[in-house]
Amino acid sequence: MSVVTAVDPWAVAATVTDPELPTLTLADLGVLRDVRVEDDGTVVVEITPTYTGCPAMGVMRADLVHALHRAGFGDVEVRTVLAPAWSTDWISDEGRRKLAAGGIAPPGKAPVRAAGPVPLNLGPTRRTASCPVCGSADTEELSEFGATACKALRRCRSCREPFEHVKEI
Amino acid sequence: MAHEETVYEALDHAHSDEGHWAFGTGFDEPLAGVDTTVPDGVDPAALGEYCLMLGDDALILAQRLTQWVTASPELEEEVAVANVALDHLGQARLLLARAGSVGVLGRSRSLATDSIPDEDALAYFRDADEFRCTALVTAPNGDFAQTMVRLLVASTVRLAVFARLRESRDPVLAAIAAKGVHELAYHRDHAARWLLRLGDGTEESHRRAQAGVDAVWPLLADVFTPTDVERRLTGAGVAVDPASTRDEVHDVLTQVLERATLTAPAWPADAPPRGRLGEHGPELAELLGPLQGLARQHPAATW
Repeated sequence: MSVVTAVDPWAVAATVTDPELPTLTLADLGVLRDVRVEDDGTVVVEITPTYTGCPAMGVMRADLVHALHRAGFGDVEVRTVLAPAWSTDWISDEGRRKLAAGGIAPPGKAPVRAAGPVPLNLGPTRRTASCPVCGSADTEELSEFGATACKALRRCRSCREPFEHVKEI
Repeated sequence: MAHEETVYEALDHAHSDEGHWAFGTGFDEPLAGVDTTVPDGVDPAALGEYCLMLGDDALILAQRLTQWVTASPELEEEVAVANVALDHLGQARLLLARAGSVGVLGRSRSLATDSIPDEDALAYFRDADEFRCTALVTAPNGDFAQTMVRLLVASTVRLAVFARLRESRDPVLAAIAAKGVHELAYHRDHAARWLLRLGDGTEESHRRAQAGVDAVWPLLADVFTPTDVERRLTGAGVAVDPASTRDEVHDVLTQVLERATLTAPAWPADAPPRGRLGEHGPELAELLGPLQGLARQHPAATW
């Protein structure tokens, strides 16, 4: 099959959305790491999992292949990249804006990853997040775990609305 | 076109020429595209054995934790326990796939085919005596307090190993560890905060938390004793000698128990490895029954 050069494969892959957060693309999330065309015309796409057990990887892989096939690319290979590990710092500004618009509080700055033992944190979690509904900074954590591995549950003390928060990692 | 249609169409498209292995997520190879070359001077069989040890600990702890689904004390905690289990299941898939990538498949070898991924063959078609997990994860849950004590201890032990494993000469193990460290620290701190609530709570919650500590502490006996495989791979810069993590684990657990007003039982004397060599009590086979039963009744089933 001839190599398609008129369409940028990155632009095609960058339109694929996350199965759990369908307003965000894999590019917005920083899950899409690289798209390149090999000498033989194969499109190689590299993605990295948000969490080790993320069950959405299979759907992401299939969606990427499908989107590139539909754009006219023949051989598509989706590779998993494990290192460096995904960080919420890789979520783009556009991705953060879309999260907030969808009622999900975007993550703050991820903790610094130092070598050596990980210190114990016995106090309440220090995370803060503004309410995506009313904007109040007076919010509390309801649960450290949410409906997907990447989110925690919070509640706004001002407007009382519960909301999800992408936790920093 | 609706998003869902795209998804299913795409999944179907990805496997248009073969059936789907019915009992796992065969459409998603966890190590697809990852360079699985074994570093120079490393014995692939030993590396695979070591991956089984770490992978089986994660798989069995995940299965134990999911026993709380529909039975947790509150809805948020049910979601929490399921999330923790999912992280462990993810680690197990990667580690068992790594074992398969170097040809360590045990008696499941004849079943690992193009349609059944290695990690599923290892999870579903090995008997209890081929599992390499320790008693710390195979032991029954007990009540919720005991489950949180076990989660605290198991996460602390694993976190100490993974923090060191980030420097492994095997890049696949190093990457799995680097990612796992964040997950495990989150689990450990969650369990530790439960211990504080329960230990420093009511008389009844304190009693149950203390009973959980007393039941779980003896399970540490063989956790810090390296097997020959771990010794050799530690020498090769690939594995972590569990003995090197003992002091760190002891310090963390002591801190939590003190804050939780709980009493640390005597630290158990080192015992020779048992679970790592495939010696388990009947509770592992009982746990594997429901996990493996359906896949074994319909081996190689596809849909």
